[in-house]
Amino acid sequence: MKLVVAIFRSERLSAVLEELYRADVQGLSISRVQGHGGEREQVETYRGTTVKMELSEKSRLEICVSNHFVDPTVKAILKAARTGAVGDGKIFVLPVEKIYRIRTGEEDQAAVTPVGVPSRS
Amino acid sequence: MNQADIAWMLVSTALVLLMTPALAFFYGGLVRSKNSLNTMMMSFVSLGVVGVLWALLGYSLAFAPGGAFIGGLDHALLRGVNLEAKGTIPHVLFMCFQGTFAIITAALISGAIVERMRFSAYLVFISLWTLCVYSPICHWVWASDGWLFTWGALDFAGGTVVHVNAGVAAFVAAIVLGPRKDYARQAFLPHNVPFALLGAGLLWFGWFGFNAGSALGATPAAALAFATTMLAPAAALVVWTLLDLMRNGKITAVGAATGIVVGLVAITPAAGHISPISAILLGGIAAIPSYYGLVFRARTRLDDSLDVVAAHGVGGTVGALLTGVFSEKAWSGVADGLLFGNPGQLGIQAVAVGATLLYSGVVTFGLLKLVGVLVPLRAEATDEGLGMDVTQHGEEAYMDGEGAILVLHEREAVVSPALASAAAGGRS
Repeated sequence: MKLVVAIFRSERLSAVLEELYRADVQGLSISRVQGHGGEREQVETYRGTTVKMELSEKSRLEICVSNHFVDPTVKAILKAARTGAVGDGKIFVLPVEKIYRIRTGEEDQAAVTPVGVPSRS
Repeated sequence: MNQADIAWMLVSTALVLLMTPALAFFYGGLVRSKNSLNTMMMSFVSLGVVGVLWALLGYSLAFAPGGAFIGGLDHALLRGVNLEAKGTIPHVLFMCFQGTFAIITAALISGAIVERMRFSAYLVFISLWTLCVYSPICHWVWASDGWLFTWGALDFAGGTVVHVNAGVAAFVAAIVLGPRKDYARQAFLPHNVPFALLGAGLLWFGWFGFNAGSALGATPAAALAFATTMLAPAAALVVWTLLDLMRNGKITAVGAATGIVVGLVAITPAAGHISPISAILLGGIAAIPSYYGLVFRARTRLDDSLDVVAAHGVGGTVGALLTGVFSEKAWSGVADGLLFGNPGQLGIQAVAVGATLLYSGVVTFGLLKLVGVLVPLRAEATDEGLGMDVTQHGEEAYMDGEGAILVLHEREAVVSPALASAAAGGRS
């Protein structure tokens, strides 16, 4: 079981969700984060005050998957989130010690297998 | 000159001017947050560009003595537009009042091309459009030597001149520009429905100046136009909510805002020509084709993003034709319509609508193609993805300002210690 954390451009979010859906990956969390990945800062002007926006809006996706789903998940994100310019983001794959499904109390593999799909553990 | 007339027209002019910022809120609330400033600026900038062009040339092309199709240059650069009487009000006030109509008509078109049109291309387009499309059609209908005016077409406050005209231009512009890049793949949701309601409310308020002001004086005709402007949108709102209820089981706020606007559009040509009871009928009837036009449009590839065609094109056409049905000489003293024994009026109304459709459609298409040669009409696809606010204007509508570094000179940045460490942390 792995936790896949991806931080990428917010404007690619719809494309990423679409690609994950195609790869049959379900059950994820999205949050809006601010960060800096070395890209050129956006310059904005308000009433004569010019500012460089050091932090830019990014999307952070967290998804816990069984081992055989790690590869399709990562590939889907790589494909959909990439624009080729600096600031496309990162994907982190982390080991997971223990998982519980709150509703049923199921653990580990069973807890990350979507309802209705027989567990392949 | 009549002082009561002057007072009412001063107020009316200010009311109509307010409609353009109101439109900015109506449109601005309906787009995504990353495009909200760009959308609102498309209306606001018209106050400047069209306002100036109207004074320099547009007014003359519309109202100076000329031929049946376009005015002359007698009033170019406001020559002869002074404090002398034009009707019962000073000529310069008449020019301002008509100018506010030109401003909002150009701004109306923007609803069809928001979230993708390059701002510079939009500026060039509305400038040319005001002179080449708005001024001539305005001349046809409202100048005493215009061909539709002499023919007896009824357009009290601009159903054809403003709404059919802008609706057709919007239709053509949406086709020439093409749909937004994720159109029909992603849902584009309104980012601030309260803004849309605020805009609709302020539009209604301003519309009293638009319609009752079109009587050009503090007259009984103005009172009639005022009453119909109150009743027709009320009826349209009621019918719209019923249609919403039948179709979705719920009455929506965006629907209510749209229903109000459709009722206002429809009553515009009829305002001073029909009885108040007829206005209720007209508003209620007009809601139906616009409602279903809007539902149908959403299933097509026509990305008329904020439904200018359904609201203004269809609403304006229905209003102009119904003017030919409900007109009542007993109320207006001008002409009877179909229901009052003058079926010919409906034919004249149809010709006025048809001529506007044809001329505005063809010339708008030509102008967009011309502007497209000078400047690409669309923003880059990546800019469209990032949002038009940041890419076209270098501003954002909603932000907390975190991570903003003050730039005092071109290359020198002053960084507060807290921000510097935050930025360094972000890079590690």
